[in-house]
Amino acid sequence: MDTSGYLTVFIDESNEHLEVLYNQLLALEKNPQEKAIIEEIFRAAHTLKGMSATMGYQDLANLTHKLENVFDGIKEGRLNVQSEMIDILFSAVDYLHEMVEDVASGGSGSKDVTDIVEQLKSLEQGDVLPQDSVPLNTLKQAKTNGTQMKNVDEFALTILQESKERGYTNYEIIITLNQNCLLKGARVFMIFEVLEKLGEIIKSEPSVTELEEEQFDQTFTVLFISEYKKEIIQTNIEKVSEIESVHIVPFNVDQIQETEQTLEKSEEQPQPKDGQQGKQRHANGIANKTIRVNIDRLDVLMNLFEELVVDRGRLEQLAAELDNKDLQDTVEHMSRVSNDLQSIILTMRMVPIEQVFNRFPRMIRQVARELNKQVEVEVIGADTELDRTVIDEIGDPLVHLIRNAIDHGIESKEERINKGKPEYGTLKLEAYHSGNHVFIEIVDDGAGIHKDKVIKKAISKGVLSESQAELLSDQQVFELIMSSGFSTADQVSDISGRGVGLDVVKNTIESLGGKIAIDSKEGQGTVFSIQLPLTLSIISVLLIELQKEKYAIPLSSIIETAIVHKDDVMHAHHTKVIDFRGKVVPLAFLNDIFNVQQMIEADKDSYLSIVIVKKGNKMVGLVVDSFIGQQEVVLKSLGNYLTNTFAISGATILGDGEVALIIDSNALVK
Amino acid sequence: MENNMSGNRKVIVFQLGEEEYAVSVQQVSSIERLMPITRVPQTADFVKGVINLRGVVTPVIDLRLRFGMEETPYSDSNRIIIVILENMEVGLVVDAANDVIDIPESEIEPTPEVIGTVDTKYIEGVAKLENRLLILLNMQKVLTEEEIEELKSVEG
Repeated sequence: MDTSGYLTVFIDESNEHLEVLYNQLLALEKNPQEKAIIEEIFRAAHTLKGMSATMGYQDLANLTHKLENVFDGIKEGRLNVQSEMIDILFSAVDYLHEMVEDVASGGSGSKDVTDIVEQLKSLEQGDVLPQDSVPLNTLKQAKTNGTQMKNVDEFALTILQESKERGYTNYEIIITLNQNCLLKGARVFMIFEVLEKLGEIIKSEPSVTELEEEQFDQTFTVLFISEYKKEIIQTNIEKVSEIESVHIVPFNVDQIQETEQTLEKSEEQPQPKDGQQGKQRHANGIANKTIRVNIDRLDVLMNLFEELVVDRGRLEQLAAELDNKDLQDTVEHMSRVSNDLQSIILTMRMVPIEQVFNRFPRMIRQVARELNKQVEVEVIGADTELDRTVIDEIGDPLVHLIRNAIDHGIESKEERINKGKPEYGTLKLEAYHSGNHVFIEIVDDGAGIHKDKVIKKAISKGVLSESQAELLSDQQVFELIMSSGFSTADQVSDISGRGVGLDVVKNTIESLGGKIAIDSKEGQGTVFSIQLPLTLSIISVLLIELQKEKYAIPLSSIIETAIVHKDDVMHAHHTKVIDFRGKVVPLAFLNDIFNVQQMIEADKDSYLSIVIVKKGNKMVGLVVDSFIGQQEVVLKSLGNYLTNTFAISGATILGDGEVALIIDSNALVK
Repeated sequence: MENNMSGNRKVIVFQLGEEEYAVSVQQVSSIERLMPITRVPQTADFVKGVINLRGVVTPVIDLRLRFGMEETPYSDSNRIIIVILENMEVGLVVDAANDVIDIPESEIEPTPEVIGTVDTKYIEGVAKLENRLLILLNMQKVLTEEEIEELKSVEG
């Protein structure tokens, strides 16, 4: 069977199931008795097994099968959840993850799983009951599927009775869909259409609505009245594709009584299964309907939309010139619609930070175990939304900060007990919106930053002189740990502390247009606070003019604009400076830096227009010819050809269709 | 390659000064009329700047300057040939875009040692068709960073 078309669906869904496995395993470690968690894990493992078997990834299917067996053991109370067991389960899931990754990158998804399979086996055999209880259980389920339809109400019975008297035949048709049938609802619809031509459907189980909403496994049953023969119905149904099997048995009304009795007997048995179904249905009800869209397509959509905006600008201008009321009304309406469209396109690119946060609890657990520390994780605001591009970039810096917090921040268990702190260290990840920014905070209740140690280190590394050190505020001292070549850990460990790290984190965040701040109290813990722009693709800029050329300066780096008389410019050792609110600010003449052709005599004007920008706590005044105004623009890259452009971070397309370059003021601040 | 006949190469022919150059159609995504170009400061001379190509900011280089030829003022006949090569999308300003033709592979000869002012590294070969001489460009070489660096250091 050609499965290539389903590959992306398979990968996406597998990753989702793996995520469920990871998260639920973590939850299970905390609440080993919680049935709902085990059910959830079991379901994820089961689906994954089914999918990978269908797609032909045998190793993947084998491993998941073993995993499933262990969970089955837990579920039935044969096995007890312990830390070691969770470890093995985690590494099994890691294996699965690697295999799925392999498949995603074009590999065959095969991997030597004998070790982990052995481990799982021994886990599984730690039970008292014989092993073959598993297949037995599935057998029972299959049996229930085979029994006749239950819960036929009186009304249906009467119809069945009547039709029988009139010479029609009553059938019970059990239809099983192909396991990799993607649009089950549609198949059901097609089957129903076929059936309705041949006779009348009295009842279906699950109900028609449930079938349409795909809330069933693979099999469903219908009660059907028809004048046709069994064989004809059979062949007609089989014309619909993706059907695994069709079972048609005559339905005997008299048998109903009997079935009801058996039903009562089996009532106790399928209870967990019912509970599971109920929950699933519940979950489906809440989940919004979504489709997956390739991010590239959204980018294209965005580009096209921008083109539309440019045209809109022209139309508005034309309408104003022509002074036709109808035209103006139409254009105005179009503008409003396109504004709505813009906000929708922008929100489409937003994804919850959950995507990044989700992988942390597992990582934290692992790191903490490696370092023999005990860490509790608290995640707040995982539903905070950020632009996709930011999400993609922010993962690595966060990983680094978290590792750093566990390694350097949180103390070992003994140390914590000595200090009278709770045995478990707490690591809090918090994300929230504020204004046009998203804040992410990583808070630990560990040892905090040892101020003197940092200063000593800085002096020994020559970053700082002793007299300078006296003048530094706490904040400035903390910021030292993010300068390059700095690590305060006494021992270089595997986790962090190679001397490169926090400076990389700082750079990455700054390149995203964000900021990072540290606050710490010795003995009480440290807070890393990251401020990020909501979106990278749309930024607020100040448009300025250099002769005839237009440039944009991101508002995020601007402190303020000023107009200064030429006589107020002072000279300090070859540099022109101004006195700005009591501070000496050097000037950078953009016309010179960007080699702009001088067409207008600049000397005529006795005032200078200056944009004061900052980088950290340093400032520079950029001298421009004139300010145009503030605008929201779409940030675009200059492409792969022009990579190392000096002091230009990108470009944007203005309303008139021309390209304006965006100035990277960080490069201009020395 | 979608050569319609074996041994034929489909190329776009354009003019620079007196000479005719050819670039494979597979590498060309479109041919545009001149449009406003925004200068990018502190780049090599031949980088004219960037244009708004239907919403995509695309760098443009002047092939005349790239090949060390004399700069001429732009006119109506100038064209920007947009080429795509390994994730790079670049516009080339040429004097005129003339033709799309098939060159039989057999007519392509290796580069003669002396061929005017153009650095021979960019040239894949020459093709003689009736009384035209087409210079086949190796776009890879025209656009690679190394070459640009090299040029910068020579200039600087």
